[in-house]
Amino acid sequence: MAILDQTACQMRDALRRRDLTAADAAEASLAAIERLDPTVAAFVATDACAVRRRAAEIDARLDAGGPVGLLAGVPVAVKDNMCTADGLPTSCGSRILDGWRAPYNAHVVERLLAADAVIVGKTNMDEFAMGSSTEHSCFGPTHNPWDTATVPGGSSGGSAAAVAARMVPLALGSDTGGSIRQPGSLCGVVGMKPTYGRVSRYGLVAFASSLDQIGPLARTVGDAALLLQAVAGHDARDSTSVNEPVPDYLAVLDEPVAPLRIGVPKEFFTEGLDPEVERLVREAIGVYERLGAKLVEIDLPHATDYAIATYYIVAPSEASSNLARYDGVHYGYRAPEHADMIDMYMRSRSEGFGDEVKRRIMLGTFALSSGYYDAYYKKALRVRRLVRRDFDEAFEKVDCIMGPTSATPAFPLGERLENPLAMYLSDLFTVGANMAAIAGISIPCGFTGAGLPVGLQILTGVFTEDRLLRISRMYERQTDWTSRRPAICEASA
Amino acid sequence: MSAPDLITTIGMEVHLHLATRTKMFCPCEVRYDAPPNSCVCPVCLGMPGVLPVMNGRAVELAVRMAIGLGCTIPAFAKWDRKHYYYPDLPKNYQISEYDEPLGLGGHLDVELDGETFRVGITRVHLEEDAGKLMHAEDGSNVSVVDLNRTGTPLLEVVSEPDIQSAAQARAYGEALRQLAVYLGVGHCNMQLGQMRFEPNISLKIGDGPDGSGGQPRYTPITEIKNLNSFRSVERACAFEIARHRDEFAADPAGYTLENQGKSTRGWNDDRGVSFLMRSKEEAHDYRYFPEPDLVPFVPAPEWVDKIRADMPETPSQKRYKLVTTYRLSPYEVDVLVSDPDLSDFSEEVLRNAQDSSTAAGLIMTEGLRFVNERDKPISKLFKPGDVAAVSDMIFSGEISRSVAPHVFVQLVETGKSAADIVRDENLAQTSDEGELERVVDEVIRENPGPAQDFAEGKDKAVGRLIGMAKQKTGGKANPNVVREILIRKLRG
Amino acid sequence: MGLSKREVLHVAHLGRIHLADDEVEKFADQLSTIVDYVNQLSELDTEGVEPLAHALPIHNVLRPDEPRPGLSTDQALGGAPDAADGFFRVPRVIDDGSSA
Ligand SMILES: [Zn+2]
Repeated sequence: MAILDQTACQMRDALRRRDLTAADAAEASLAAIERLDPTVAAFVATDACAVRRRAAEIDARLDAGGPVGLLAGVPVAVKDNMCTADGLPTSCGSRILDGWRAPYNAHVVERLLAADAVIVGKTNMDEFAMGSSTEHSCFGPTHNPWDTATVPGGSSGGSAAAVAARMVPLALGSDTGGSIRQPGSLCGVVGMKPTYGRVSRYGLVAFASSLDQIGPLARTVGDAALLLQAVAGHDARDSTSVNEPVPDYLAVLDEPVAPLRIGVPKEFFTEGLDPEVERLVREAIGVYERLGAKLVEIDLPHATDYAIATYYIVAPSEASSNLARYDGVHYGYRAPEHADMIDMYMRSRSEGFGDEVKRRIMLGTFALSSGYYDAYYKKALRVRRLVRRDFDEAFEKVDCIMGPTSATPAFPLGERLENPLAMYLSDLFTVGANMAAIAGISIPCGFTGAGLPVGLQILTGVFTEDRLLRISRMYERQTDWTSRRPAICEASA
Repeated sequence: MSAPDLITTIGMEVHLHLATRTKMFCPCEVRYDAPPNSCVCPVCLGMPGVLPVMNGRAVELAVRMAIGLGCTIPAFAKWDRKHYYYPDLPKNYQISEYDEPLGLGGHLDVELDGETFRVGITRVHLEEDAGKLMHAEDGSNVSVVDLNRTGTPLLEVVSEPDIQSAAQARAYGEALRQLAVYLGVGHCNMQLGQMRFEPNISLKIGDGPDGSGGQPRYTPITEIKNLNSFRSVERACAFEIARHRDEFAADPAGYTLENQGKSTRGWNDDRGVSFLMRSKEEAHDYRYFPEPDLVPFVPAPEWVDKIRADMPETPSQKRYKLVTTYRLSPYEVDVLVSDPDLSDFSEEVLRNAQDSSTAAGLIMTEGLRFVNERDKPISKLFKPGDVAAVSDMIFSGEISRSVAPHVFVQLVETGKSAADIVRDENLAQTSDEGELERVVDEVIRENPGPAQDFAEGKDKAVGRLIGMAKQKTGGKANPNVVREILIRKLRG
Repeated sequence: MGLSKREVLHVAHLGRIHLADDEVEKFADQLSTIVDYVNQLSELDTEGVEPLAHALPIHNVLRPDEPRPGLSTDQALGGAPDAADGFFRVPRVIDDGSSA
């Protein structure tokens, strides 16, 4: 089997057995990027020399038989909103940070390095993670490997596409309103948003602090578990990181959850849902039924439309604040022409930010501004409590909730660019989990007639990632979707 | 129609740096002498991706101050972001406690000219300081930014508008400083900018609700930003009070809070005038909202009780003790409690000295002279036992009060005990009648004029004669004994 | 309702974003559509519902007051658009008392 057709778990085992070298794994990854990325544009930065050096160093340690980390020698890609101190830039798809070199590593990057992973490069994203298509990037759009005329989803579209196109077996993404799960769904890979607080946000460039969470993108549930294992856990530098033990996700992965009660919210099967997506998702739920699961119809009255409305107040409000620091003073882009200090701020930000970021800054500034705070921001926080209650009540009756990740498969590039609201509704089924801080995953559940992948979303309560992975694995074992490769990979050596 | 009374009302916002080693939200050291931008890290530089973590010591000191001010400590406090763009604020928001601070509703009793007035404390809250913005020295059209101060833990104490004069405003500031220093909450070094004042000044027009039952009216509130000395607090308040009176006299109907709201002014200390910075229309929209990167502070009652139990003595407790136990005058107490080191030292001296008044006098004159000259706390210069010993020797007549300055110099210079110095240098007063009689005879012989005057009943002449006797004995002649011999010889 | 061009200019200024004339209109339209959408929240009765600002019930995360080394001055200033002599440099600012 070609190196990159192996799962990360298989590669890890082969590396430990010395059937595979880190150098060969890295070369395979670099070669795939060189061959495919001109078409896919998943990466915004790679450093081949550094990758080779790192791989050689890990090979030396593997050869010496010394202790190595969980991901020793496995190539991993990192979304470009996670700080990397050595060599690679951190630009969040934004001109305002173009060329900025972080002087420190994000917690997750430290964890990857401690796990002896080989960080291959930084992946493309919607600017500051604001978007659902990876088109809002100063580096240009990423293309969906299954159909390069369509979007990969977003904002972690670069990470999802890199995994789907088999350039890397693993990638980190971040999910604020669906930014891991939705591209996972559109690219036919596993994408997981852990519970808020499960993975440290230290070094993740903030979009909406109360919603952002880092998680894995991988081809299989097992690989997602492996990557989550490497990065999850408490970090004293993130006050919202939770000091809960991290279970051994891989050890329990193949234990089915039984009995299993699946909540199926009618709000997730509304008229806007693409019929093919609905059919595939219902079939997937049917697989669980055949495995003995009990389906329970539930109500999540606030978890879709109201959650989106709430999300588009809370997230831009926090974003307007988090992005205030990009002002051309201490780092990043400064407009060359300016009349005075305020003009410098305004021009630097105007030239440095793209339209979507500007829209959200203005929207958030509006929601927090004097006279509107109570009607918008505070109201949204109250509705956020109602969203949370919906899920709390649901999880008293069911073990998990299932539905589509995205209402549609991958849509054509450009289709929603001029219609921000349509783009925002791409997150209709995913934002609820962020509002409620719970864990969620998207796993591949089939392909449309046009050959585009479709994802099944599964949600469980806070700090139940182990159960979520086990439930996902139950389905994965019954199906063969993960072995399908996009056509552009077929010429692969 | 006679002009209505105008009553000064001032509320103060006081910011002080807490005495922590590190910053509020990052482990950078708080330093005042470091080269620019050398005490910084990604967190206080506001770099992308960083997160704040609360300094536990800062929270503890803030709660201690709140307790010292008699505040209640709410069961829940949270952080908020306050937004404004300024180059010394790297995130362009300041983390502060907006609507749920850690201390609410206390008071401070302040002494001024022997009278006590009470100032209500609205709230006490924590926040982070900003950096420093300066104009470049090279004459270019550039400002420069140093972020060493960014993130320094800052305590804000907001008072009720209970202060009624410029002198009271100053006294309140001084009392607050004293309390913070006593409690170990802050060093409050004014030169280092560790304490800053923002008075909010308004005049109440008329005396309470008027006859028709209406609400009292006020002149527009002016807030004076960033005063950094007690003197400037007093001067700026006095200037503003006078300015409000003038403005009101010129336009009694228009110059009201209702019409003009609140404005922000700066203070030019060189010229002694305030100037307008922002009118009501230009007020900032700070867009406060709960800080999502920090979790709330929910103090356990036992934790608060422990801080309460471990509280250092406050200035008013010390003052009360000194007045009731040692019967000192208000002036003496004011001086001795002005700083906790001095007051602890003084208490120790007073406990061991036979006469409080002599001992207090020695500390205030001889002791404080060295404190000022050497810029060191008194406890680092003298031992309380030595000062008490000097006091007792003076009180018993063993040495003359006039040799005390010399003894204090020797205490500092040699490190010897007071008793050793007096013995080694033979400083004890001579009360030996035989020797003094010879000296007095000489004095009478050499000063026939004054001797004659004294013999004729002119008492004033005795001082001159005693002075001569002391001169001849190197200051050691006991003046009381000399006086007795003179009386016997000249009037007997 | 939606946002007027004046309101858009106001929030753009608060957020320190310069807008060209043609952008004002475009953003006013787009933001109005979004605000109209989010206005559906007003249908909900949230009387007595406690706002949810912090997703998880974590309190009192405190750090010991122990200094740790940060960045060198060179590292601190390394990404600055304009810096010299250990300082960040900006266009001259007239103090308007913004600092708290
Ligand atoms: Zn710092």
